[in-house]
Amino acid sequence: MHEDTAPLLSIEGLHVSIGGREVLRGIDLTIHAGETHVLLGPNGSGKTTLLNTLVGLPGYDVTAGTVAFRGNNLLALGVDERARAGIGVAFQRPPAVRGVKLRQVMEVAAGGAIDPERVAAIAEEVDVVPMLERDVNLGFSGGEAKRSEMAQLLAQEPELALFDEPESGVDLDNIAVVGSAISHLLKGERASERPRAGLIITHTGHILQFVNADIGHVLFDGQLACEGNPLDLIDDIVSHGYEKCVECALCRR
Amino acid sequence: MPTIEEILLTDAQQDRLAQIRAAAESAVEKPATHGPDIDLDALGDVAAHDRVARLASLEKQMREVATDVGMDTSEEGRSGSYFQVDRTPIYEKVAAAFGDAIEIMSTAEALARYPEEMLERWWWRSVAPDKDKYTALVALKQTEGYFIRVKAGRKVEKPIQACLFISESDVSQNVHNIIVVEDGAEANVITGCTIHPKVKGGLHAGISEFYIGADAKLTFTMIHNWAEEFDVRPRTAIDIGEGGTYINNYVMLRPVRSIQAFPVARCRGDRSRAVFNSIVYGLADSHIDLGSETLLEGSGSRSEAVARTVSRDRSTVYSRGRLIGRTNECKAHLDCRGIVLSDDSVQWAIPDLASEGAPGAELSHEAAISPIAEEEVYYLMSRGVPRDEAVSMITRGFLDLEIPGLPPALRRRIDEAIAATAEEGM
Ligand SMILES: Nc1ncnc2c1ncn2[C@@H]1O[C@H](COP(=O)(O)OP(=O)(O)OP(=O)(O)O)[C@@H](O)[C@H]1O
Ligand SMILES: [Mg+2]
Repeated sequence: MHEDTAPLLSIEGLHVSIGGREVLRGIDLTIHAGETHVLLGPNGSGKTTLLNTLVGLPGYDVTAGTVAFRGNNLLALGVDERARAGIGVAFQRPPAVRGVKLRQVMEVAAGGAIDPERVAAIAEEVDVVPMLERDVNLGFSGGEAKRSEMAQLLAQEPELALFDEPESGVDLDNIAVVGSAISHLLKGERASERPRAGLIITHTGHILQFVNADIGHVLFDGQLACEGNPLDLIDDIVSHGYEKCVECALCRR
Repeated sequence: MPTIEEILLTDAQQDRLAQIRAAAESAVEKPATHGPDIDLDALGDVAAHDRVARLASLEKQMREVATDVGMDTSEEGRSGSYFQVDRTPIYEKVAAAFGDAIEIMSTAEALARYPEEMLERWWWRSVAPDKDKYTALVALKQTEGYFIRVKAGRKVEKPIQACLFISESDVSQNVHNIIVVEDGAEANVITGCTIHPKVKGGLHAGISEFYIGADAKLTFTMIHNWAEEFDVRPRTAIDIGEGGTYINNYVMLRPVRSIQAFPVARCRGDRSRAVFNSIVYGLADSHIDLGSETLLEGSGSRSEAVARTVSRDRSTVYSRGRLIGRTNECKAHLDCRGIVLSDDSVQWAIPDLASEGAPGAELSHEAAISPIAEEEVYYLMSRGVPRDEAVSMITRGFLDLEIPGLPPALRRRIDEAIAATAEEGM
């Protein structure tokens, strides 16, 4: 469907070290506008590392490889510039910022100006109305923090949205809330909108009940070991474990 | 208006005045415990001025700077006003609706009208005239100051405002203020101390003695705006009766050469309570030495002191807090946090706790000086905020203390001032 369009994100041969230890060893990944990718992988395999490297956080040293976003070198941009260029992230464990309200962060995420009615609508949608005037993430429960991250992304409307375990620690009702919001964000409200793309880290795949994902990848041993239908991959991992899954020849690259 | 010397006093009252004078004279050379020493001989006397018919008729520049320290020059949002320029109380007014609830006048006038109460109960009864050379200065060369009394049982929600204004450089304004909130009464006083924009150096020395009656409550908010060569030496003591509450809010966001103050709240009555909130921004070469002490004497007394300080440029900031428990049933907490934003700035957080013969006293503190957390800066940056704006948002948030009793317009003004100061430095 996208052979003749330029990719939104194109990662080639990416190596990333943390404190001198190589965590990612040659990642290749291409995401086109309109696609939703799922990233699977065992604890400590480097999923968060990949996301944070794309976000540009310090401490993630790119030792080799390239990352292009809409054809431009993403790695040359600062964290804030990447966000303004269209990359958004829902963190696995966002930090509390004393004195800065969730509403304020939604405002800045939207580029400084946002219609209060839009803030209200988003807050309704992801059930953060009582948290709007609270210091962001300060004392938020696990599920509240995830919904607050979603509210910020909905305000930002990034072209490429990265979700780091959006459903972990979230109860069943709220998985539906978060999942629908992801789906809503990625598919866009209006047909005229440019389709957005997403990369979702998940362990359980519960969120995929609500989000139509196109492709799944398994991060193993610092590389994307296999790709395939995300729900099939999760089934395989559930029945055989990661070791066996990545040995399976079917989806080997 | 008669001077203190002209008032007909009893022999006992004359003796009391002589005692105060003698004590002060013994302390004219006595430096303060903290803060740089000031050469008082280099300072001239403040001038006298004409009175005005209402605050709206003040000259524009004066109105603007007064507004910056919380004054409502339309007076609409206030139940009463006191405005002093240099040595002259140019305006005192109680809004008609509060005529029988509030009294506002200069302390000299209060002495003339109520010599007995003043001398026996309030005048130099909580602050010692021989504490240091600044108390001595005010005792010997007083230039007015306000007297505010709220009558028993009257709960005045609308703020009372008092402005102490200095119009010339290199003079010293030596005020003595007294606030009396009688039993069961409530008041909200906003005091703004500031100077004409042309003023460079000078001294503001101020004695403040506040008396909170049984079950009474005073919310006292003080906003200071000074200048880079200006020195400030307030000396404040608060006496709180049974079930009484004192809330002190202090805001200083502009440079000063030096300020040193350490108000002392005495929770004398059972179940009395003292709360101090302060927001201080150290700028330029400011030497700032601020804090508070609470004496917990009444059974069930409580205190809480919260200070937020940010320092920048070459400023030095001392943030002190002292709690002294003198009864078994008391509880108090100090919370001083600072952020240092420059390599050339110095900050001290000095919490002090003491239990004096009160094994049941529960006193605690948390003090922290830390940089802005990079993790928080990056979090905001990941939403598209440039680094400098992220730092200023976090700084603003840090200073955004919940301050009770502020009219919304004043809260907005303080927020704007915090935002402007935070952004200026970036
Ligand atoms: N700041 C750090 N300092 C040292 N090691 C780190 C740091 N951050 C990550 N690591 C290490 O890098 C590896 C990859 O971590 P990462 O957080 O990317 O894993 P993950 O796949 O997201 O795991 P999980 O599923 O548990 O979230 C781990 O071994 C982790 O301990
Ligand atoms: Mg992770």
